[in-house]
Amino acid sequence: MSLSEQQVSQIAYLARLSLSDSELKDNTKDLNAILGLAEQLGAIETDGIEPMAHPLHMTQRLRADVVTEVDQSELFQSIAPNVGNHHYLVPTVIE
Amino acid sequence: MSIHTKTIAQLAQGLKNKEFSSVEITQHYLDRINKSDLNAFITVTDELAMQQAQASDDKIASGNGGILTGIPYAHKDIFCTQGVKTSVGSKMLDNFISPYDATVSHHLNQADLVMLGKSNMDEFAMGSSNENSFYGDVKNPWNKNKIPGGSSGGSAAAVAGGLSCFATGTDTGGSIRQPASLCGITGLKPTYGRVSRYGMIAYASSLDQAGPMTKTAEDAAIVLNAMAGFDEKDSTSAQQDVPDYTANLNDSIKDLTIGLPKEFFSEGLDDAVATEVMNAVKEFEAMGATVKEISLPNSAYAIPTYYIVAPCECSSNLSRLDGVRYGYRCDDPKDLEDLYLRSRSEGFGAEVKRRIMIGAYALSAGYYDAYYLKAQKTRHLISEDFKKAFADVDVIMGPVSPTTAFDLGSVKDSVSMYLADIYTLSANLAGLPGMSIPAGFSNKLPVGLQLIGNYWSESKLLNIAHQFQKQTDWHAKIPEEG
Repeated sequence: MSLSEQQVSQIAYLARLSLSDSELKDNTKDLNAILGLAEQLGAIETDGIEPMAHPLHMTQRLRADVVTEVDQSELFQSIAPNVGNHHYLVPTVIE
Repeated sequence: MSIHTKTIAQLAQGLKNKEFSSVEITQHYLDRINKSDLNAFITVTDELAMQQAQASDDKIASGNGGILTGIPYAHKDIFCTQGVKTSVGSKMLDNFISPYDATVSHHLNQADLVMLGKSNMDEFAMGSSNENSFYGDVKNPWNKNKIPGGSSGGSAAAVAGGLSCFATGTDTGGSIRQPASLCGITGLKPTYGRVSRYGMIAYASSLDQAGPMTKTAEDAAIVLNAMAGFDEKDSTSAQQDVPDYTANLNDSIKDLTIGLPKEFFSEGLDDAVATEVMNAVKEFEAMGATVKEISLPNSAYAIPTYYIVAPCECSSNLSRLDGVRYGYRCDDPKDLEDLYLRSRSEGFGAEVKRRIMIGAYALSAGYYDAYYLKAQKTRHLISEDFKKAFADVDVIMGPVSPTTAFDLGSVKDSVSMYLADIYTLSANLAGLPGMSIPAGFSNKLPVGLQLIGNYWSESKLLNIAHQFQKQTDWHAKIPEEG
């Protein structure tokens, strides 16, 4: 199967990216080429094979449910694009 | 012998014997960086470096210096460094002054190292040629019309070009080993989980691993001693003891069994590269090692497997970059959606966008089983191939890259670029340690030999590499200046 420009445009939107007309054209070609490469996986028999999510087959370590972070909000907000009153500011969402 | 051709071990000796001071060698490197046109650095931290050098000299004078005290290095711009710009090669983080240190940065500071600056890299570590950096291409010191490899291209060029004594790198699909090979230096990607990923900006979290890029295997052992270790801040960090990686460098390797995967010497491998790699293998035979042909039957599927798994993880990891809390924000967003869309579209480069979209598609409803789950199953098969191979052999050897460094700008489409990663991807998928060591030249360009070891066999790999470097001088060759 191959992706149409309309599908690529939808994928871009899902990833919150907007593409110009020429970017859309180029990406449709590139994404189809990359997915063409991925089609090779179809040739491998994987019935009954466990998917491998972690190279060492380790389970995630758990820690005690206690607060370990200190409040560094001023430091973190000092590099934010726009803050006010300890909040991150974005364009109005709800009037 | 000039300062910039000395290894860590040699500089440490000279500092101890008062042949030179850390301030002097740091100034020497900063002068060279200033005159260099390799574009190996994104940020040069000259003031900080001189302060660290002075503090190191004081420490050495008081008799409290360690092996790394006062040694100048280049830090890949993927590691967060408190108070210093950490751009990850992207416009998205061009204004990002990290509020904290990565665990690796912290360890290197604790070892009293001198940071010369942050080295150039492919944007978000996505690339094999260092042509995807927002800060421009890096040039190969052996031939400035050639790529240095990627994604740790700035680090490799800095070490090979005599701009730093050593450098840090990260390797998700070959990003330490391939530039090390193409620039003629020594690079080690440790076992997944050996070095903390905390504060190392994530690309594909189940594959990313940091390691040293150095002039020699001995230096790599010294630096790995400082970098490795369990970190409770990284949930995938391994609770595994850290040996002294320099302790076994001089062990004999005469009983070594080397496996050569037949799949690594088939179609697509440049003849001259194959010849240099086989000459290196013969050198090991002369040292008493036994060579066996082995098979990694699923290794050809490493490319499609990797180029599904890594983009899926990247599309998830990079969703945090939305123009709200840090990083790039577009001008005059008209609403929140416009802010997200334009900040991301203007902040990310072309290759990063491609991989985010591939990941978003492969993870989307209806396609997850066909792509991501399928790739994870294939990943399991690739990993099983290694398990079988290591029942018979101690180390696997082969090429790092199918060719030597190619011309800047010569590879134009993504898929052709991906195909050059064929020999390095499988070690990441399996989580195994791998190295590249200098093994010869073709047309005056370096050729690397790849070593892949079993889990946690970094000491063994370093031992094998060190023994090779005692018999050969490929690692000591330096490019002509000018």
